[in-house]
Amino acid sequence: MTLSPPESGPMLDGSLIDDLVFDKVQIALQGRMLLALDTRIAPGEVLTVMGPSGSGKSTLLAFAAGFLTPAFTAGGRVCLAGREITALPAEQRGIGLLFQDPLLFPHLSVAGNLRFGLPRAVSDKAARVEAALAQIGLAGFGERDPATLSGGQQSRVALMRLLLSAPRAVLLDEPFSTLDTALRHEIRELVFGRLREAGLPSLLVTHDHADAEAAGGRIITLA
Amino acid sequence: MLRFAPWLITTLLVGPILAGLAMAVLPAFGYLPALGGTDFSLSPWQALFAQPGLWRSVAISFASGLVTTAISLAVVLLFLAGAFGSRLDRWIRRLISPLLSLPHAAAAFGLAFLIAPSGLLARLVSPELTSWERPPDLLIVNDPWGLALMAGLVIKEIPFLLLMSLAALHQLDAERRVAMARSLGYRPAIAWLKVVAPSLYPLIRLPAFAVIAYASSVVDVAMILGPTLPPTLAVSVLTWFNDPDLSRRFMASAGALLQLGVTAAALASWWGLECLVRRLGRGWVTGGQRHAGERALRLAGKGLILLAAVTALVGIAGLAIHSLAGFWRFPDALPQAFTWQHWQRALPSLGGPVTATLTIATASTLLALGLALAALENEQRSGRHPAQGRLASALTLLYLPLIVPQIAFLFGLVVVEALGTRPTRWLVIFGHLLFVLPYVFLSLSEAYRRFDPRWMRVALTLGATPNGAFWHVRLPMLLAPLLTAMAVGLAVSIGQYLPTLLLGAGRVPTVTTEAVALAAGGNRRLIGVWALMQASLPLIGFVIAVGLPRLLWTHRRGMRGSP
Repeated sequence: MTLSPPESGPMLDGSLIDDLVFDKVQIALQGRMLLALDTRIAPGEVLTVMGPSGSGKSTLLAFAAGFLTPAFTAGGRVCLAGREITALPAEQRGIGLLFQDPLLFPHLSVAGNLRFGLPRAVSDKAARVEAALAQIGLAGFGERDPATLSGGQQSRVALMRLLLSAPRAVLLDEPFSTLDTALRHEIRELVFGRLREAGLPSLLVTHDHADAEAAGGRIITLA
Repeated sequence: MLRFAPWLITTLLVGPILAGLAMAVLPAFGYLPALGGTDFSLSPWQALFAQPGLWRSVAISFASGLVTTAISLAVVLLFLAGAFGSRLDRWIRRLISPLLSLPHAAAAFGLAFLIAPSGLLARLVSPELTSWERPPDLLIVNDPWGLALMAGLVIKEIPFLLLMSLAALHQLDAERRVAMARSLGYRPAIAWLKVVAPSLYPLIRLPAFAVIAYASSVVDVAMILGPTLPPTLAVSVLTWFNDPDLSRRFMASAGALLQLGVTAAALASWWGLECLVRRLGRGWVTGGQRHAGERALRLAGKGLILLAAVTALVGIAGLAIHSLAGFWRFPDALPQAFTWQHWQRALPSLGGPVTATLTIATASTLLALGLALAALENEQRSGRHPAQGRLASALTLLYLPLIVPQIAFLFGLVVVEALGTRPTRWLVIFGHLLFVLPYVFLSLSEAYRRFDPRWMRVALTLGATPNGAFWHVRLPMLLAPLLTAMAVGLAVSIGQYLPTLLLGAGRVPTVTTEAVALAAGGNRRLIGVWALMQASLPLIGFVIAVGLPRLLWTHRRGMRGSP
């Protein structure tokens, strides 16, 4: 199936310099067409892709992030900040990823997890980490074992770790589906607020309509 | 660089085996210029077949391969069927690692001290039950039928097959299968045998083959427990090989090939038995029979493995008692006095072999670990996953050094030595690598492949390089299985007898070669010291593997329990 772009086709001109662009992307599994996407996501915009399980949502994220397994074949280009990243290895794409689970490294402290996100060149790492913790209301939690944090606290640390790595775009893989209802609302607000504030183009994959509404951007539905 | 790892491993494992076999074939047909054999002939074979008792040797080697494997496998399957989830189950699971790390030779000595006419068992029941005032003149150890040999092997092969089965059971969802069968009215042990065992066996077939090959060609255990006149084929071959008359090496080479044939015949017979059991079993599985024999199955499942485990443990205790025994009259159950004298006397000569053992074990294990990690990391990065469980996969190659009898190809490698290479510690390390690598790889691969790929993805999307993610995320998170694999590697290397002896040309003494060499002498105090030393060295590795992660991750709750 093919998705028609909501606006005219993407172009790599100056006005789109910070956009995340999917240029005639098509993904097939063993010759069977799985999905097609041709769109661009502006800075601060969250594009939501919805669809039932098996519709290829996660495959799209894997393709954009650089983890597509060899069983899939993909065509088209992904461009970010004016350069094509389709063939780049994952760590050089500048794309951050939020998973269903916070996935805080269990062998590192909370601060260690945040430091892992910071680019090597950053000089005042300790101060940056402490400031980041304060921003999410976890000041003084640096030396804690991540396993001792609550689910909500872990999600906040995971978001901060992502932001500290200074990505140019963010992919969200049903990041709220494991949270309970009350917490889900709070974390949703936090995540989308931060992403908008940072002016990052974001792609959210979910099957929860509330997620899509909270994201407040365009919605594309896969069948 | 990583891309070459699988290729390197294959070459390392297959190359020496093929070269060794080839170099055994030539002298077996009379060609070995270094020893004056320049023409091909059948005379080595004629000499071999003229050896008195040859066919008896062959028969015992063949039977030992089949009987050991059949009994070990039956005990393991009965245990899994009958003791699933019981307290004994947990106790045995905790015992697997130490029992697995116990070198074959030490276990064999322990058994010998237990069942010998003057051993612990006879002492316990004498003179009250037996009215023996002196050790009876019975040939229990070294019995002509090889029963003691098979018993010694069974004790060691049960933990191996059990560990392999437990690893394979992860894939089978056994509990739900049994629950389903029980809801259809089947008693638990019968349910397990009918719905789990048939799917389990194909997954542990290669380990079973390895047991057949090992039991039909083992040397050290056979020298301690096996028959003597004639000894098993592998021991005979080693004797001919070490004969001062170098021309006997031609016959020894023919014997090595015969050993290859005997092992192959044992494997083929096993395959035939498999077909038979499958045919007979099919009717039984679907026959609808639900209850009969349940109680007997459960009793056998618990009793047999208990017997094996207790025998091994009491055997080790026996080694300790002997190593400390002062004067010890026959029917007395315990020595009249204990003394450190044997240890003190052995201490000066222990140092060198212990150092050599640990050096060789550490070097071969680290090499194996590096190769295994490189191959597994390459597999993850290239996204190609090997076909598991299928016979015709790369996994079969890993089992090659475990299925081709050691004595068959090591000889060829030593013939190469006769042509010029000098026996060095490095040659021994390389020889050990052949046997350490498969175990390290098998031990590590499961944890490696089960590791959640999202961890590496998180690291990469945060900007870490693949190598950075490997060192900072994967290795620390896999520390526990990594250390376990190391402990397994160390234990395998420490227990190696034949490769050390042959590739070191007898000039690289380790605790294992020294302990086995004492077997002929019969000084039990001294054997107790050396065998206990041999048994305790591998434990160091397992203590580290259990202790270090606990120590490091005291404040990391998420790292307790394997990832």
